[in-house]
Amino acid sequence: MEWGLRGAAIPRQRALRLRLTSVIGFLALWSLASGAVVVFKLFNPIFLPGPWLVVGDIVELAGKGQLWTHLAATLYRVAIGFGAGALLALGLGLPAGHIRAVRNLLEPVVELLRPIPPLAMLPLFIVWVGIGEGSKIGFITYATFFPMFLTTVHAVGQVDPLLLRAAQSLGARPRQLFFRIILPAALPEILTGIRLGVALSFFVIVISEFIGAEHGLGYLINDGRNFFLVPQMLGAAVLLGLLGYVGNGLVRAIERRVTRWQHHDGAAA
Amino acid sequence: MKIRVQGVARSFRVEGREAPALLPIDLDVAAREVICLLGPSGCGKSTLLNIVAGFLQPTAGRVLVDDAPVTGPGADRGVVFQEYVLFPWLTVQGNVEFGLVLKGLAAGERRDIARRYLELVGLGPHAEKYPVQLSGGMKQRVAIARALANSPSIILMDEPFGALDAQTREVLQEELSRIQRVEHKTILFVTHSIREAVYLADRVVVLTKAPGRIKDVFAIKLPEVRDRFATEFTRYESEITRVVKEEVAQVHQ
Amino acid sequence: MKGVRALALVAVLLSWAVVTYGNARLEVVNPVLLPTPTDVAKVFADSVRDGTLVRHILTSLVRVAEGFGIAAVLAVGLGLLAAMCGPLRLMLEPVIEFVRPIPPLAFLPMFLVWFGLGEASKVAFIAYTTFFPMFVGIAASVLRVDVMLLRAAASLGAQRVDLIRRVVLPAAFPGIIVALRVGFGLALFVIVGAEFMGADAGLGHLIMEGRTFFNPAQIVMGALVLGLLGSLVNALLVAAERRALRWRTAQSA
Repeated sequence: MEWGLRGAAIPRQRALRLRLTSVIGFLALWSLASGAVVVFKLFNPIFLPGPWLVVGDIVELAGKGQLWTHLAATLYRVAIGFGAGALLALGLGLPAGHIRAVRNLLEPVVELLRPIPPLAMLPLFIVWVGIGEGSKIGFITYATFFPMFLTTVHAVGQVDPLLLRAAQSLGARPRQLFFRIILPAALPEILTGIRLGVALSFFVIVISEFIGAEHGLGYLINDGRNFFLVPQMLGAAVLLGLLGYVGNGLVRAIERRVTRWQHHDGAAA
Repeated sequence: MKIRVQGVARSFRVEGREAPALLPIDLDVAAREVICLLGPSGCGKSTLLNIVAGFLQPTAGRVLVDDAPVTGPGADRGVVFQEYVLFPWLTVQGNVEFGLVLKGLAAGERRDIARRYLELVGLGPHAEKYPVQLSGGMKQRVAIARALANSPSIILMDEPFGALDAQTREVLQEELSRIQRVEHKTILFVTHSIREAVYLADRVVVLTKAPGRIKDVFAIKLPEVRDRFATEFTRYESEITRVVKEEVAQVHQ
Repeated sequence: MKGVRALALVAVLLSWAVVTYGNARLEVVNPVLLPTPTDVAKVFADSVRDGTLVRHILTSLVRVAEGFGIAAVLAVGLGLLAAMCGPLRLMLEPVIEFVRPIPPLAFLPMFLVWFGLGEASKVAFIAYTTFFPMFVGIAASVLRVDVMLLRAAASLGAQRVDLIRRVVLPAAFPGIIVALRVGFGLALFVIVGAEFMGADAGLGHLIMEGRTFFNPAQIVMGALVLGLLGSLVNALLVAAERRALRWRTAQSA
């Protein structure tokens, strides 16, 4: 396939070099820009701190022990909020996908609420539950529920009917049909939904920590804004990205384990 | 000579090693000649066609068309693919007009030419349909009309009827033979069907198993309109079958 | 089927009414906390009458349109470039992989610090947020364009510019539209957050005002308006997509 849009394939060595160049170039450009601001006095240098300042700030916060409190606060909220959202989504989504009556009962409610950007509901959570942990956790549960519920319903609904017939003709009873055929067949897509939910929890936790929190990475960012601590803002944002990256990696690892049958070479791609 | 294939060879990189797919091949094709390339699957016959089309570069040798070396694909060599490869967002008419649009022809002229070739392949009433609405046989007729409407002197066909059912296949072979009696193109036709090759070709070129080279060439001296049940026809068929079988047997050893 | 769903929908609205009106009479919790449909309708009518609602809606829509518009142009241009230029793609990838997992809202205060509290920070933030998913989606759909379509066009005489205009863009169009739709949804998602923080107009501000003045009816009204707006825009985009992609869904003959 050498003639085409992409041109010739790039050998691995050169590809690696290009990626490395890009990362180094990115950091160099950033450093140069922040250096230039200082040297040429373009604007107040606190607005564009160099990468070393950001790393230094994180290291300092970690050294003082504060970082762990904030990390723990965010992780705790995400874990509980997302966990509850996932339980609800699976608990309602599996029966809704499997039984038409349940689906007809639940879907209108979901369809009514889903077009509303979840962030619009945050103030309502604060008014109802107060500004403490409850509203933050409850809000994550609310926001992550919808995509996970919808993918679960879809995943269960689109299981190949031929598989069901094959199992029935081998004598599978309804219970066995659900646990031995439908669940394994729907699992890959359900896990995709879970991955979406993880990403979304980090997406929305930030803003609820902006509004009236005393701990958490979101708090660090907003606190940084109030005192023009730009390195702290950037550092906390990068840490959030790291957490999201790790969360995504964890679900992917689970996905690879449980969906090995999808890869015909036996090894996960 | 219309097409001169001079010492064309090709190898591919497989797991870091150069694996030859085609050993040096020499082949001259006269204008208006129909050549069928025949061989076991993986023998490199499609590779050779793709090199003539300009999609692949040869690792050695060169291809001359009208004495000029081939450097890439071009409108002088129309290609008909096994998978039809119609532009799904264009109507049947739009597909046939595609090359004419590139040439900058006026709309009226384009429509007339497209209509003429759609009539030729028997698709006049389907001009406004989209490819999704057509059967495989109809799609391949559109692809043939699209190639012809662009008036190339050469048509390269890569197992064009390979994905069709047996009946449609024979109908399209007959139509291609009828069209060729009107259009007089130079055709390079890749197939693994011996019957198809004997039915269409002036010369059948049999390639060896991979890496391919020319094993044998058969000049088919049959009338323009051929009868698949004539004794002469079946004689060619069994003669070529014997030669091809040697190669297939070696593949399976 | 349809009947059951309509019934369930009515039941949802009815249970809202029963719970809130019941609570208003029995005062189980402070009635302000559970606004009745009447409360919401009243807030809605008031804000329509004094013109504030229209102003908030227009403010939000202008911000979304500007931010999304800038990001869409950049994403289409860079997406095409990155898909067609391997080295560029390899160089962009690590940077995007680094930035992408960072929740965009984490950068919102950064934008307020950099661009001030005015319109620029909101527009830039929406552009930043929507660019990455659109860019990734568009580059991926361009990369998925079947190489055979390009070969077919090239053998009909297409040059590089023709290939981009007449093959790559139409073939990638469905994917591009989906990416744009995702981007627009995201813009509506984050504009609310952006308007929570230091804005004096916009639907997000309207909702936050409901919290500040302890007026849940206003929050519910703002949320419902946003939901309606989102559904409306989405329905429009889907309808436009259907029209543009008739070739995919045309009825079989």
